[in-house]
Amino acid sequence: MGNELLEIKNLTTSFRIGDGYYAAVDDVTLTINKNEVLGIVGESGSGKSALAFSIMGLHNRVKIEGNIMLNGQDLVKMSNSKLNKLRGDDLAMIFQDPLTALNPLMEIGDQIAETLLLHKPDMSQKQRRTRVIELLNMVGIPKPEYVYGQFPHELSGGMRQRVVIAIAIANKPELLIADEPTTALDVTIQAQILDLIRELKEDIHAGIILITHDLGVVAEMADRVAVMYAGQIVEIADVYSLFENPLHPYTKSLLNSVPAEGQDKLHVIQGIVPSLKNLPRTGCRFAARIPWINESAHEENPVLHEVSPGHFVRCTCHEHFYIPEESKEEQSDGVS
Amino acid sequence: MGFLDVEDLKIHFPIKGGILNRTVGHIKAVDGVSFSVEQGKTYGLVGESGSGKTTTGRAIIGLNDITSGRILFEGTDITSKKSKTKDVKKDIQMIFQDPYSSLNPRKRVLDVIAEPLRNFEKLSKQEEKKRVQELLELVGLSPESILKYPHEFSGGQRQRIGVARAIALKPKLIIADEPVSALDVSVQAQVLNFMQDIQKELNLTYLFISHDLGIVKHMCDEIAIMYKGRYVEQGTKEDIFNRPQHIYTKRLIAAIPDINPRNRAEQFKFRKEVQREYEHSYDDYFDKEGLAYGLHPVSETHLVALPGKG
Repeated sequence: MGNELLEIKNLTTSFRIGDGYYAAVDDVTLTINKNEVLGIVGESGSGKSALAFSIMGLHNRVKIEGNIMLNGQDLVKMSNSKLNKLRGDDLAMIFQDPLTALNPLMEIGDQIAETLLLHKPDMSQKQRRTRVIELLNMVGIPKPEYVYGQFPHELSGGMRQRVVIAIAIANKPELLIADEPTTALDVTIQAQILDLIRELKEDIHAGIILITHDLGVVAEMADRVAVMYAGQIVEIADVYSLFENPLHPYTKSLLNSVPAEGQDKLHVIQGIVPSLKNLPRTGCRFAARIPWINESAHEENPVLHEVSPGHFVRCTCHEHFYIPEESKEEQSDGVS
Repeated sequence: MGFLDVEDLKIHFPIKGGILNRTVGHIKAVDGVSFSVEQGKTYGLVGESGSGKTTTGRAIIGLNDITSGRILFEGTDITSKKSKTKDVKKDIQMIFQDPYSSLNPRKRVLDVIAEPLRNFEKLSKQEEKKRVQELLELVGLSPESILKYPHEFSGGQRQRIGVARAIALKPKLIIADEPVSALDVSVQAQVLNFMQDIQKELNLTYLFISHDLGIVKHMCDEIAIMYKGRYVEQGTKEDIFNRPQHIYTKRLIAAIPDINPRNRAEQFKFRKEVQREYEHSYDDYFDKEGLAYGLHPVSETHLVALPGKG
């Protein structure tokens, strides 16, 4: 194929809690192609952000095993100084909260120019300014010359996120990671930012990893979707297969818990997402949340099965899964 | 006489400035809002951040002082200080947005839920404990958890503790301010289902404040859309979602992401069209200050803010 941009092989990221290491990302293998939007969906604690931070090398004091290959280089083994050359250049990230991602004491224009200064030192000051104005225009900020000299607190949330995006795309990255880019924003602003990312994708031809908990956002943006639960990918497929023919019990449950047309009662996933320390390390990790499914339906060591070309699902329990008619058992999930 | 009537509610916050810290202007957080809610129904208040929806909710329960207007609860004016009887306070309760910050971390669940009971009802320790345990059972938590602290619970469970506290005094009206926006989707479903269940059981009325149109559509009978402190449109769920009249409502609805990926291109085009219409006809829908006009009825249930006829 030769179309792969980033290859993640058996990535395990472990955090230290007390005197042991616990894997928040557990044996994840994933490829991202050029010009592709890969959506990663999951609830809080599923490991989706830990995965993104591992790719960017932003974790402190963690144990990372496996490989992350970008253009033949392994990001896991790379030194920090070499990573710094990549970050902001080939690799860029859009963070969730635009207010904390920007420096409150620095002019907008200078913050964008900083990335250019670091990665393209031979640009003259004038060239840099021109490029910053061009970028502000690209992300749809009105009066860019004026905004150049403003500070983050003078801009609205949507405008700030546009600035963050401008910084991310300043050096035409090959891979752009967007971690919940619209969660902190109002719906109409969210629509604008998503449209912007979509338009920019055409321009910069980057591969995009879009991390979100919002299934609607994924349905609108992604080409392929990976669903994560408890540190593992439980299902991965192209966006149409995933929404029209979801297989894994977790994917099905998630899709059923969103209000939809003509739905009277929402589906409730029993129990809670286990904390990192109490994560079941053997067997199907979702088994405890679907106790009405017979134990024999699960695999002992669930692996991803390719059920149709490009559509992978973990464990065999999906073959036996059904959503109970009356999800009244929700009452019984109280703490013991 | 309605159950809850809000008449021409205005809440203006002063802007202080100058050397003497004098009032130099006002922020009109809520600027002439009127509506009425029927008992047993769910009334949705939708808007973006800064639209005044939370301020309206807080004013009804008495957390914000109002500038002018009246709020009638079962026929009694609850806005004048004198008539603020304890009974009314008991009948109106609130569920807060963030279950992590709305429960006192140093209080046990028993004390959290019993606090309203201690304020209004004189119960013995035994009776109080029994009531709290009943309430916990009602919200689907085990009665043994009364001695635990909030941090021992998950987000969804905490929000249900917040609900238990709100229904402790058997209120008639509950103001739910973004009750699920801090929760994961699966937990969201749990809390929403539960709110619907107890509504039927206790004949509760909800004022449901949210920015999420999908959830509002699922929960509410009547919906009002707010923008910059004013109503732009009000009507039944069908009026708002099937026959939106105001460009701002249309824009909000167009912004909801579609869960079917096949509709993607269409949705994208539709949104572009609405955006063009919004830019093109902005002046037809908003006055010189960018505020919505007064409401005019287009049908018996449906009101839209349009410039005065004639």
